[in-house]
Amino acid sequence: MADQDHAEALAERVRDAHQRRQPLRVRGLDSKAFYGRRVDAPQLDVSPHRGIVRYEPTELVLTARAGTPVSDIEEALAANAQMLAFEPPSFAASASIGGAVAAGLGGPRRPWGGAPRDLLLGCTLLDGQGRILHFGGEVMKNVAGYDLSRLMAGALGTLGVLLDVSIKVLPAPKVERSLVLNLGYERALRLMRDLARQPAPLSGAAHLDDRLYLRLSGNAASVEAWQKQIGGDVGSGTGFWRDLRDHRLPYFAGEEPLWRLSVAPATPRLDCEQSVLTDWGGAQRWVYTRCAASEIRAEVAKNGGHAILFRHGDDEIPVFHPLDAVKQRLHQGLKQRFDPHGILNPGRLYPSM
Amino acid sequence: MSAQPRELRRDALARRLRAVVDGPHVLSSEAELRPYECDGLSAYRVVPLLVVLPGSAEEVQAVLRICHDERVAVVARGAGTGLSGGALPHEDGVLLSLARLNRILAVDPDNGCARVQPGVRNLAISEAARPHGLYYAPDPSSQIACSIGGNVAENAGGVHCLKYGLTVNNLLALDLVTIDGERVTVGGSGLDGPGFDLLALATGSEGMLGVVVEVTVKLLPIPQRAQVAMAAFADVESAGQAVADIIADGILPAGLEMMDNPSLRAAEDFVHAGYPIDAAAILLCEVDGGNEEVSEDIARVRQRLLDSGASEVRTASDDSERARFWAGRKAAFPAVGRISPDYYCMDGTIPRKHLPRVLREIARYSEESGLRIANVFHAGDGNLHPLILYDANNAGELELAEQVGGRILELCVEVGGTITGEHGVGLEKINQMCAQFPPEELQMFHDVKAVFDAHGLLNPGKAIPTLNRCAEFGAMHVKAGDLRFPHLERF
Repeated sequence: MADQDHAEALAERVRDAHQRRQPLRVRGLDSKAFYGRRVDAPQLDVSPHRGIVRYEPTELVLTARAGTPVSDIEEALAANAQMLAFEPPSFAASASIGGAVAAGLGGPRRPWGGAPRDLLLGCTLLDGQGRILHFGGEVMKNVAGYDLSRLMAGALGTLGVLLDVSIKVLPAPKVERSLVLNLGYERALRLMRDLARQPAPLSGAAHLDDRLYLRLSGNAASVEAWQKQIGGDVGSGTGFWRDLRDHRLPYFAGEEPLWRLSVAPATPRLDCEQSVLTDWGGAQRWVYTRCAASEIRAEVAKNGGHAILFRHGDDEIPVFHPLDAVKQRLHQGLKQRFDPHGILNPGRLYPSM
Repeated sequence: MSAQPRELRRDALARRLRAVVDGPHVLSSEAELRPYECDGLSAYRVVPLLVVLPGSAEEVQAVLRICHDERVAVVARGAGTGLSGGALPHEDGVLLSLARLNRILAVDPDNGCARVQPGVRNLAISEAARPHGLYYAPDPSSQIACSIGGNVAENAGGVHCLKYGLTVNNLLALDLVTIDGERVTVGGSGLDGPGFDLLALATGSEGMLGVVVEVTVKLLPIPQRAQVAMAAFADVESAGQAVADIIADGILPAGLEMMDNPSLRAAEDFVHAGYPIDAAAILLCEVDGGNEEVSEDIARVRQRLLDSGASEVRTASDDSERARFWAGRKAAFPAVGRISPDYYCMDGTIPRKHLPRVLREIARYSEESGLRIANVFHAGDGNLHPLILYDANNAGELELAEQVGGRILELCVEVGGTITGEHGVGLEKINQMCAQFPPEELQMFHDVKAVFDAHGLLNPGKAIPTLNRCAEFGAMHVKAGDLRFPHLERF
């Protein structure tokens, strides 16, 4: 598909939908269609709006239309030895950069490289009235006005339709090496937390089935030095991390409800973690469990975290962690201001917004 | 209430507030109020109706409930080091000082975080974390004095932002009190929270959306080693090129600072850092990380600097020389303060490639206005601090300096940048907001504000201009990258 600017056409559709109070299911390449509550509405397909608008490697900024495939961007960056530091997951053959930002998900590098919200410098969006608005910019530091661009990251298209995004990009590490250590859960968690306190060049730390997987990124000498210090076997390269990022490991093959727990990384194994893949050095846990949703959420909340029913849920259980009364009011207020008729992905994040 | 004389209003409100905050911490006499009349931008001064210093988050809630009930404006203040007038009091409002909320509640090395009250000084966090081999990365130049609550309100930066990010990238959670006195936690104990990213929205909101009563910051391992190179250049273009070449080589410096001749000269006279005073510009480039990494990176930095035409490159031979190289940069503002009775510090950010053009234009403004301008530049992230030198005792010079400052900020917007990189809009840059944002975007800011604060009681008149104000100011919105008069030559 050719690079094309469809901003006006998309704006026209949203203006029309606003007038007719017609809900829209906003989509890019639809690789994360499973994520969030179902939206039964005609779709607004952003994927034809694609192409890298500006990319100057020495400015460390890339601006792309929302429908641009992440793979196109990664290719352009790789040609300049740069990368998307948030390592966006791709759950299908192809994912769009707009979807990656709207979903707000980060890959295994997230604790060190940041999430989409950390790298997002600015965006152009359509609000629920079809107005084209621009927040943030293409510079690293910008505190003029409220940070409404970062607010879009993770909002799942419920506050606005992303048209283009400007992202801080970073140099790719010169050397990456995977290490595998045979360790049970408790000892692996201990080691991950110990390493997080040292200036080790970590870019991945995950545990599954009595094996701790570590990824080191940096220059050759530094990676070499830390590999010696940590020990373990040298793993089989980038494959494990890509499969972890994209949920292609056999662990994710089941059709059971898959929970994502976000907790303080040193939190000991929770009762509900009957089957768990621990990522992000302990801060993100992919869990299959027999516990009821309410038990899971209570246990995680007690530890200051939140739980998402990431995949294979039914329509009964809320996907996202319920909000307290104050946050609920703020969420509804924001939704109302950005999308007064509630036409953008209604209910995808929370019912009634 | 506003129909009553000021003294009566003051007494009545003080009585109500003294019921929830210990008497001595509600200040109401002229002599007590005077020290709070300005923040770091001392050109603007307003004596507040009252100053309240609550001693706990619960007291903050109680104070806000009363103010909400009475429809009294509230301006939150941390250490008062801000440079944009964000903590300038409201003459009929309460100045809410968070200075007494100054406890470090917990340092949690296992989870790489610390829970602190808003009045804790930025540097105190790193000091408390140091025994664990950890530190808090954002380091605004005022870090010995500024408070973390103020850092959150301004989304403060510092010299290490390119590699380590701004305040927003180094927070895990905030506890906010809304204007109606409700406490809410945004973010979470992990790396994200549920729902919209209210943590990002609150950060940098300049005290307009809520009052921060607790902050959970991310702590990072202290790098094994840091090393700095200083390079001199005969022209600014080569210095700019050197920055691009270092980045293109895949190096992400921990700090990358540029000073032009007037600022490096002032700094050299002041602290004798060993800067070459004939250089048109100097660059300071610091790399940090593991021992092996730093050795390799600093060698490459040195080579890139030489390749891009540096007339001289010096690598600090030990920690004391490294400290001396930085001392000049860190003393740049006071150094300029020595050569001029007053100076006005600007804070635009630009795409780095436009630096030569922007500096040429600034030199032209300097010539036209007769005011000297020294430039200090966070070169890695494009954040430019022109210091406009003036003498407030000469009639009209402050106004002239403000005019020149306004032109510089509009120039930053023209080249695709922003009017403020890290100091905030406050009161100072509120007119220039009209140049950066068209009415519908400003309206969206007001709409967001109304969600949090329907009566506009938190820090009224700051950060976001009313549409009427923009109409009066007459500024034309400058769309990023589009010049207003494209047919005119610009040098």
